Amino acid sequence: MTALSTAFLFLILQFPAPPQNVRAYDTPNDAGNSITITWDLSLDDSVVSRYEIYRSRGEPSVDSAVAAGSVLRGSTKFEDNSVENNTPYFYFVRARADTLYADSKWSAAAYAKPQWFHTGRKSALVILIFFGILLFYYLQKAKQGAELYVRRIAGLEAVDEAVGRSTEMGRPILFILGLGFVSDIPTLAALAILKRVSKKAAEYESEVIVPCYDPVVMTAAQEVVKEGYMEAGRPDLYNERNVYYLTADQFGYAAGVDGIMVREKPGAVFLQGLFYAESLILAETGHSIGAIQISGTTAVTQLPFFIAATDYTLIGEEMYAASAYLSKDPLSLSTIKAEDVAKMVFIALFVLGVVLETLAVITGNQSFHFLKNWFALF
Amino acid sequence: MANVIWTWIAAGLTLAIFSFLYKDNPFYKLAEHIYVGSSAAFWFIYLWYFDVKPKLVDAWVQNTGFEKYILIVPAILAVLMLTRFIPTISWLSRWAIAFTVGMGAGLGITGALQGFLVPQLQATLLPIWVHVSDKFTVNLGYSLNNFILVIGTIATIFYFYFSKEHRGGLGYASKVGITFIMIAFGASFGYTVMARISLLIGRLFFLLHDWLHLV
Repeated sequence: MTALSTAFLFLILQFPAPPQNVRAYDTPNDAGNSITITWDLSLDDSVVSRYEIYRSRGEPSVDSAVAAGSVLRGSTKFEDNSVENNTPYFYFVRARADTLYADSKWSAAAYAKPQWFHTGRKSALVILIFFGILLFYYLQKAKQGAELYVRRIAGLEAVDEAVGRSTEMGRPILFILGLGFVSDIPTLAALAILKRVSKKAAEYESEVIVPCYDPVVMTAAQEVVKEGYMEAGRPDLYNERNVYYLTADQFGYAAGVDGIMVREKPGAVFLQGLFYAESLILAETGHSIGAIQISGTTAVTQLPFFIAATDYTLIGEEMYAASAYLSKDPLSLSTIKAEDVAKMVFIALFVLGVVLETLAVITGNQSFHFLKNWFALF
Repeated sequence: MANVIWTWIAAGLTLAIFSFLYKDNPFYKLAEHIYVGSSAAFWFIYLWYFDVKPKLVDAWVQNTGFEKYILIVPAILAVLMLTRFIPTISWLSRWAIAFTVGMGAGLGITGALQGFLVPQLQATLLPIWVHVSDKFTVNLGYSLNNFILVIGTIATIFYFYFSKEHRGGLGYASKVGITFIMIAFGASFGYTVMARISLLIGRLFFLLHDWLHLV
């Protein structure tokens, strides 16, 4: 082989430079089982087609190395989400250009671990502390006997009327808790309203039927209804079988509830909680049987249907205010007060932000964006 | 052949469900009971194979150390839920419910703060003066759009202010707020109705194409 052809082959079959400074470390702020690998690009990144990441468990051994994944050229980071916690892993990165490749050195050992605290959410903690202080302040005021006013909410004023009307007609009350789980806040708010409805129903010796979508919600609803009947001094009227599980299928649940409506013909229908596409099916059926209907949800896409098809609707946060409004309990009332103060603080920040953004446009001074940039940190 | 039979069953059940539009009838009752019963059974199996078995039973077998023994906590909570069947100790199920409620509320707070409140607040910090390339000529469309967004947001928050009766200035602000809310709901109503009609079209297409082969 001549010197010229050797030089030609060298140019054609040029290996890419290997990636440098491969680092492997536990992925921060996660639930474990993840290691992040970073590296400096190969000096020949422009000819590299991809970077392949290999890992070895226990010790850095090419024989036991397995492919963890690959990323396109220009990338300097990879998250390996298929590792075991508290086990040493070693990584190297291969810069591949077609059939040619160059391997980096092994990284130091990395161990995946879950973290108890998410350090990126410190700002949420600050807001929570601020809200907690407000809550504590108003709670103390309520305990000292200060009157905490909550404005009239039409939908809640109608609760007693609906229960009374249903009793007069000799019909049961149907309370539909929607498709939420017991960990969903709207479901919890709905359970608070259910308690009030149950108490009123017990006072009027009326029956409350609660078909449930989720078994745990059913258990909670049974407890709530029982408590309502007990508070009214009529535990003898409580019938556990009136609070039952139907199905956890969305339209199966809708079909079942529709059937209950047309057969039991309740005088009042409460649609409270989380609803999705079944909302109008339920509300229209309730309307067709002539029941007085009080709906409430935080699902923005379903609220228009409730407003169109039911007599009263609790819009979003009105539902959350319901438990305080109905019970007049100091703790609940203080949460409403604290929320209202927080809202005013946010409005003040909001107005300030709009003024600053407008000034930034007019003056061209980028430092006016500081408030918007501060929110971006959250 | 099996496909043909299942298509006929599906078409029959679809028509039985649709018959509810006329009134409650035995066909609807049959379809409803089949639907509720089979879906309840399906979810029972689903929860076993996709929740309890992989996350508790299999995880117990596969894991070691802390990750294994932490599973005792959900296992105990699950057992507590089952005490509902024993009236004398059924109150123990409240612990499991309390745990779920507390966890949901805790997660909900940070989720609402970081997922809804702050991003929405940040996205609405807009200049109400937007100019074109010439610094002193206002871009009326964008400026008006931002102004409406700002006024709508503030007025809507005022609507959800519960500590004072909505009279005077607050009353006007909350009326503007509820007007914005209703306009938004009107738009959402139209949009969602279109999506529901597409579901109806899907069902009608099944009947006319898969079943009757007319289209």
